[in-house]
Amino acid sequence: MTVVETYPTLDQAARAMGGDAAFLGGGTLVMRAVNEGVAPARLIRVTGPGLSELRVSGDSVRIGAGVTMADVLASRDLEFLHPVARVIGGPQVRNMATVAGNLFAAHPFGDFAAALLALDARVIGAGQGGARPVADVLRDRARAGLVAAIEVPRPRDPKAFGFLKVSRVKPRGVSILSIAAYLPREGGRIRGARVAFGAMGPVPLRSSGAERALEGQSLGAAAIDSAASAATEGLDPPTDEIASAWYRKEVAGVHLKRLLTDMERR
Amino acid sequence: MNDMTTSGPMVEFRKDIFADERDDNLNEIGKPTRRQDIPGHVTGRSPFFDDHLFDGLLHMRCVRSPHHHARIRRIDTSVAQRMPGVVRVLTGRDVPVNLNTLLSLLDFGLDDEPILSEKKVAYRGEPVAAVIARSEAEARAAVAEVEVDWEVLPHVFDVEEAIKPGAPAVLEIYPNNTFVYHGKYDHQKLRYGEADRALAEADHVIEGRYQMSPIEQAPIETCGAIAAPEQNDRYVCYTSTQALFFSLGTAAKVLSMPSSRLHFVGGTVGGGFGGKVDSVHEPLAILGAILTGHPVKYAWDRAEEMQVGAPRGAERWYITDGVMNDGRIVARKFTGYFDAGAYTRLSSYAIIKGVGHLPGPYTIPNVSANVYCVYTNRTPATAMRGFGITGVDFAIEAHMDKVAEAVGLNPVELRLLNAYRDGDMKAHRRVAKNCALIECAQVVAEKAGIALSPEMKAASSLKDGGGARGELPRRTATDEDGRVAGFAATSYARKEGSASAPQPHPPQSPAVPSRPQGSQPAPAVTSGQRPPAGGSMPPAGGSPSATPQPEKASARKPARSGAMRFSSLSGFRRR
Amino acid sequence: MAKTPVTFTLNGQSKSAFADPGQNLLDFLRRGVGDLTPKFGCGQGTCGACTVTIDGETRLSCLVLAETVYGREVGTAAGLADGAALDPLQTVFMEHFAAQCGYCTPGMLVSARALLDRNPRPSREEVIEAISGNLCRCTGYEPIITAILAVAEGRARA
Repeated sequence: MTVVETYPTLDQAARAMGGDAAFLGGGTLVMRAVNEGVAPARLIRVTGPGLSELRVSGDSVRIGAGVTMADVLASRDLEFLHPVARVIGGPQVRNMATVAGNLFAAHPFGDFAAALLALDARVIGAGQGGARPVADVLRDRARAGLVAAIEVPRPRDPKAFGFLKVSRVKPRGVSILSIAAYLPREGGRIRGARVAFGAMGPVPLRSSGAERALEGQSLGAAAIDSAASAATEGLDPPTDEIASAWYRKEVAGVHLKRLLTDMERR
Repeated sequence: MNDMTTSGPMVEFRKDIFADERDDNLNEIGKPTRRQDIPGHVTGRSPFFDDHLFDGLLHMRCVRSPHHHARIRRIDTSVAQRMPGVVRVLTGRDVPVNLNTLLSLLDFGLDDEPILSEKKVAYRGEPVAAVIARSEAEARAAVAEVEVDWEVLPHVFDVEEAIKPGAPAVLEIYPNNTFVYHGKYDHQKLRYGEADRALAEADHVIEGRYQMSPIEQAPIETCGAIAAPEQNDRYVCYTSTQALFFSLGTAAKVLSMPSSRLHFVGGTVGGGFGGKVDSVHEPLAILGAILTGHPVKYAWDRAEEMQVGAPRGAERWYITDGVMNDGRIVARKFTGYFDAGAYTRLSSYAIIKGVGHLPGPYTIPNVSANVYCVYTNRTPATAMRGFGITGVDFAIEAHMDKVAEAVGLNPVELRLLNAYRDGDMKAHRRVAKNCALIECAQVVAEKAGIALSPEMKAASSLKDGGGARGELPRRTATDEDGRVAGFAATSYARKEGSASAPQPHPPQSPAVPSRPQGSQPAPAVTSGQRPPAGGSMPPAGGSPSATPQPEKASARKPARSGAMRFSSLSGFRRR
Repeated sequence: MAKTPVTFTLNGQSKSAFADPGQNLLDFLRRGVGDLTPKFGCGQGTCGACTVTIDGETRLSCLVLAETVYGREVGTAAGLADGAALDPLQTVFMEHFAAQCGYCTPGMLVSARALLDRNPRPSREEVIEAISGNLCRCTGYEPIITAILAVAEGRARA
């Protein structure tokens, strides 16, 4: 049966973690597992303050592990992430679910993580000074350790970042897929294109096909069309209750085209 | 009280239509009203089944099949029995009468479904054991420790695959995977006029195939019950059921216990939509209370509700219409396949209802239908909001659009042209009255901005019906297709030898002498059996339970007359 | 099993009870404290029938570890009425037929009340957004939206 261990600091919690333990953040993932009888035996939680800190420094924002989607929506510094946070769950979930927890959400959840991936955010582990790319954490989530904070670079041009979540039920539904695109431009040309899909694989993944098609181009009909047709290259989306793998592959390019067209018109 | 209609355009009354038929001095109809139970709802005080607190409540959870179709070689509960908090583990042997079908309470269909399966499972999620523990978490943990030795069998998911020779037999009592209608046929027939001849003479023949998916009712409150020992050697059962007396009858039958020992409390249902009509969780909760002496709660979690909660069954329809150049439909043929899933539940009845509805609200002089109730290794299907009608209506209306396109008619006009009018003869041989499809379609056209011809604008349900349209066909083509052996011909589905001698024609009056029942409808007796000896008749009316003793096929009692308030079950009444 | 004592405020009243290890707030409120107004619908955070407020913000009580409400203020539908005097939302839900089976209603009302406390004059879109975490399978939402707007627009006769 479940045992709850409560620690005053994240570092102490990190030392208590192990294969039979889960870290209880906002609760939306772990408590569901507890309710369904599939959670690890030990729940680790932290009572100390500081985890919910949002701090702007230079070009990036440091998002503490306890920052919720509602906190993101309440922050002016994170306005570029409002379209992402707004479509995570319903209001109650947004009051509970944390940004850091979204990195660990199993398919078909994890739309916020797709945005973090496109923005090339970096993850600061508990008790660690350095930061790792989000992609590293997503690659092996079981061994990622505890997250202390996430550093998100703020797009110099907010219009260079676009996000689209596609779901059958509105305003709140599970993703068929989500798309995050960061397309910074230099002299009208896209430099350093990053396009990430949510719900198109076991974890959020970048679309190398779309990125290649957009890199060095100006955002116009031709580039958008070639990005759309290359969108699912190398992606092998899952079949679930929401959509089949076939359907996801069929519509991914269509939705990417819609998002990019919308970004072009901004 | 506010008028509900003032705050939004929710209702528009078209009192111009049928104005001379309307009596406008009604007190309730057409006026907003307040639900009598709504104060409890808005204060959170309405007592749902789970809102009854008991000290020492035990929790039950079921061990379920991970396979779609499998034989059970062995169930080992020894490890689970020793798990922390576990009070008892039940298997099929603990269930007094471990075979049930709701409709058998009404003498319609064979008992086919175990409460806890012992030999075989026919769908994923089928329960084979039940763990009773001090907490839900402990029950869950122990469920995972019940070991079942499965022999996995081939399964079938598609209705047309299921009726092919050599398909896996989902249920041993219906080896061809079809329910047996009237003891005679592997499908329900409708024959009215000569559809084949009319098709041959029609200007156009238009075919279509329509498939729908199963639909989960998805009530916010999952199915559940709490049972507890009560005084006077009785058991109280709080349940989410939609049909308290079905549940009571089923529990009495399964537990081999007079219904007078069962005190059922229900009526506050957290959404049902049909999914809680044939609930079977009550007998297990009561059995738990009987065997442990403690209050026991058996409730599904959300995943169970979605996986094993009986949905609206999927239907596949093939429709062939014979249509004249002017748009008149002169023949309509149906072949329908209802996916009953692994057990009968209410699907056999849904088809009776659906076939009574054919060919839709249109006057078509030649109609023929073969509709199959097919068993597959899917979750058993049951009732949901208009079941038996909704699926085929989707097929019919989609087909009407196809016909309209094929003959180049406005789809609304095609419907107006073929709609029932007062006095028309319907395919189930009743005269149409109080028709209103034409008027509805005219209003829809007006709202949707669809132009109608002056002739169609002037059409009326009150005009041009009856006469030749009101006559029965001169000749109806019949056949013996789909004849099956081994079932007594006088009942809907009864194994040979379990009923009295076959009767060539259904009796005009019930076989069982009916009691005077005032304004009650004719008794719903379908059995051709001898009436029981005097005095063994259950009292008519009032008491809701069907004969609660476990019934052996050879000593079956006739269906209750009158007491079952299910007059819409037209299929149960002899015509 | 070691139980954890939890002292908290429920609808303005101080409460103390023992929580089981791993017990969620929904079960704790219902069986431990006896407030039956939050309902179980999914245990997954999908349906919103268990919605409560913690320190004024809506939460799904099925996904809150019970012991974490220590020292905090929990609000449920049981706290909406002041004795026999109903909250205007409750009255208007009755008038607008905004409840059919009644199972989602307590959670729906908690979400609606939290919205109006924060934003007394919400737009229709804001009302839809505010109840988007509460599933109703009976009424089709329209009467619920109408009812909430009626209170916001002062059309309710409280």
